[in-house]
Amino acid sequence: MSETTERRYDVVIIGSGAGGGTVAQELAALVRDGRRVVVLEKGPRLGDHEFTGQELEMAAALYADAGGFLTADGTMTLAFASAYGGSTVVYTGTSLTAPERVIRRWSVPGLDHADIVTRSEKFAAQNGVHLLEDSLINDNNRLFVEGGRKAGLRVEQFPVNVRGCRGSSLCNLGCPNQAKQGTNRVQLPRAEREGVEVVTRAEVVRIGVDRSLLVRVAGRPPGAKGGPAEWPPGEYRVRARIVVCAAGAIGTPALLLRSALPARLPRLGQAFTCHPALILVGEHARDITNDVGHPKSYFVDRAAEDGFVLETCMYFPFVTAKSLTGFGASHSATMRAFPRLQMILLLACDRAVPGNRVAVDRAGRPVVYYRFTPETLEALARGTRAAARICFAAGARRVHVPADPPLIEAGEADRLDARVAARHFLPGRVSISAAHLMGGCGMGGSAADSVTDAWGRVHGLPWLRVADASLFPDALEINPYLTIMALADRVAEGIRAEVREPVNA
Amino acid sequence: MQRVFCAVVTTVVPEAAQLDAAGWTDLERIVERALADRPTSLRRGLKLFLRLIDWIAVARYARRFSALDAARRARLLAYIERAPLLLMRRGLWGLRTLAFMGYYGRPAAAREIGYRADPRGWDVRR
Repeated sequence: MSETTERRYDVVIIGSGAGGGTVAQELAALVRDGRRVVVLEKGPRLGDHEFTGQELEMAAALYADAGGFLTADGTMTLAFASAYGGSTVVYTGTSLTAPERVIRRWSVPGLDHADIVTRSEKFAAQNGVHLLEDSLINDNNRLFVEGGRKAGLRVEQFPVNVRGCRGSSLCNLGCPNQAKQGTNRVQLPRAEREGVEVVTRAEVVRIGVDRSLLVRVAGRPPGAKGGPAEWPPGEYRVRARIVVCAAGAIGTPALLLRSALPARLPRLGQAFTCHPALILVGEHARDITNDVGHPKSYFVDRAAEDGFVLETCMYFPFVTAKSLTGFGASHSATMRAFPRLQMILLLACDRAVPGNRVAVDRAGRPVVYYRFTPETLEALARGTRAAARICFAAGARRVHVPADPPLIEAGEADRLDARVAARHFLPGRVSISAAHLMGGCGMGGSAADSVTDAWGRVHGLPWLRVADASLFPDALEINPYLTIMALADRVAEGIRAEVREPVNA
Repeated sequence: MQRVFCAVVTTVVPEAAQLDAAGWTDLERIVERALADRPTSLRRGLKLFLRLIDWIAVARYARRFSALDAARRARLLAYIERAPLLLMRRGLWGLRTLAFMGYYGRPAAAREIGYRADPRGWDVRR
C-alpha cells in the first residue's frame, strides 16, 4: 500500500497493557459523550484456544524477541510481552500495593501514597484480587512457607487476581484457562463494549510535532497466532488531540526518543531499573507438586533491609535449563530431577543510576544500556544465600545456585556465606533476567529532573501523556502492575477533565 | 561449523549425544527457527565464536574442538565461561542458551525430565 490513510481521534492510546488498558477503560465514558478513543497495540489479539501452554510456541507468540530481548552488553534478558493486554497476559497475577517508603523516596511533587493505595484498591476489587484457598497451594509453595519460617523469615501470601484458576502453572505463557484477570480479560473488553476501538498489529513508528502519529498496521503472517488486524494492513496517519504513551518502559522511551518532539527532555530514557532476577532451585528427595498449581503464591520481602525479594516460582524446561548456572553432567542431573525441584525467584532491588537507560539505534529500535552495580550484585548474593537457607530448611538435599561449583549439598548449609559471594555473579556467565521494567520517563517536578509531572503530562507538551511503568522514577521493589494501573488511572482522570469538545470524525 | 556446534551441544547437554537422527533434526530446527528472527550480525557473531572455540582448542590441545574428548571439551568451555573478557563469556552464554533451547525445547525432552504441566492443571493430577 503506497498511500497513507488518515484517521482522526480525540485520544490515542499506544499500548494495551496494565497502563494502556486502564486508560482505555477509564476514558470509555468519553465515547458515550461522542469522543473518539482508540488503542493502538503492536502485538496480536490471541483467541482463547490459542493459549496452548507450549513453551517455545507461546514465548514466540507473546514475548518480544520470543523472550530473548537482551541488554546492550548481552548480560541480561528482558522479558516483556507484545499482545492484546501487553505484559498482563504473561504475569502471574500477583497484586501488591506500592510500599509507602518507596513512594516517599520517589519524592514526586503531587504524588502521595494514599492516592496510590485508593486507586490500587479500586483495581484490586475490579480484578477479583484475593488470597488463594489452601486447597490450591502446591508443594513448591508449601515448602517455601515451611522453609522460610524455619529460616526465621517473614513469609507472606500473594494476593492474586485469578478467577477459576485450574492450576495449570502456565501463567507466564498466558493462562490457557483465561483465569488471570489481566487487561485482556477485564479492562480492554469493557472499554471495547463502551465503544473504544482497539487496533492490534498496529505499530506507532513516531509521533509528529503536529500531534499526528505514523502508524504501520501489519498483516497476519502465515501460520502465526492471533487474529488479523482490525484495520487493513498499511500505513496510517492518525491525528489526535491527546496522545497517551503506554508502550512499556522500553517501548515508550524509545518511541519518544525517535519522535522529533518540540521539547527539551534531557531525562528521556534515563533512570531505567528492572529488579534483576535469578531462578534458584533446591532438590528434594521425593517428587513434589511444582508444575501444577498457581506458581507464585508466597513471597519474602527483604527489600528494605537487604535489597531483595524472594518469590515462589515455576518455570518451564528451557527457561529452567537456561537459568541454572553451568552446563554438563551436574546441570543435566539437576534437570533430570525436575519433579523434585523446589524453585525460588530472587529479585534484586536495583536503583536508578546514571548510565542505565533506554536509547534507540539508527533504525529507531530500542537499546537498553544496563550495568550491574556492586550493590545489586551484593543483593543477588545475599538473596541467593537466603533462598538456599529456605530450601535446606525445607529439607532439600542440595541446591543449584551461582556458585563454584553450582551444586551445594545440605552438609555445606552452614558454609553458605563462603560458598556464595558477589564474585560468583559474573555478568555474562550467570543467567539473569528481568520482567519488571521501569523508568525512562520518570515523574518529577521539572524537565531538569524528570520527563513528566505527577499526572503523566510530558513537560512542555501537555497533549502528550505517559501511562506505564516508565513513569517510575526509581525501582518499585514489588511486582508493579497495580501501581501502573493506579498511575494510569490518574492520567485518565487528568484527560477526562480536559477533553470536552469532540473533533470532526 | 556444524561439527563444532554439535560438539558444543553434546558438551553442554551430554544426553544430546544419545539423540537419534530425528531428535537432532528437531533440535536443529528449533535452533534455526530461533536464529531466523535474529539480526544477521548475531548469526554472524555466533559463527565467528564457533570458529574461535575451534582455534582455542587447537592452541591449547593441538586438536580441533570436535576431536577433543568430553573432559577436555568441558574444561575448555568452562575456561571460556569464566574468561575475563565479557565478549567471551557472553558468546558462550549465547551458545549454551541455544543448546538448551534446542534440547529442552523438544516436547520429548520435557517428558524425559518429568515435566508434566498441563493446561487442565489439578484436574489431571489429583
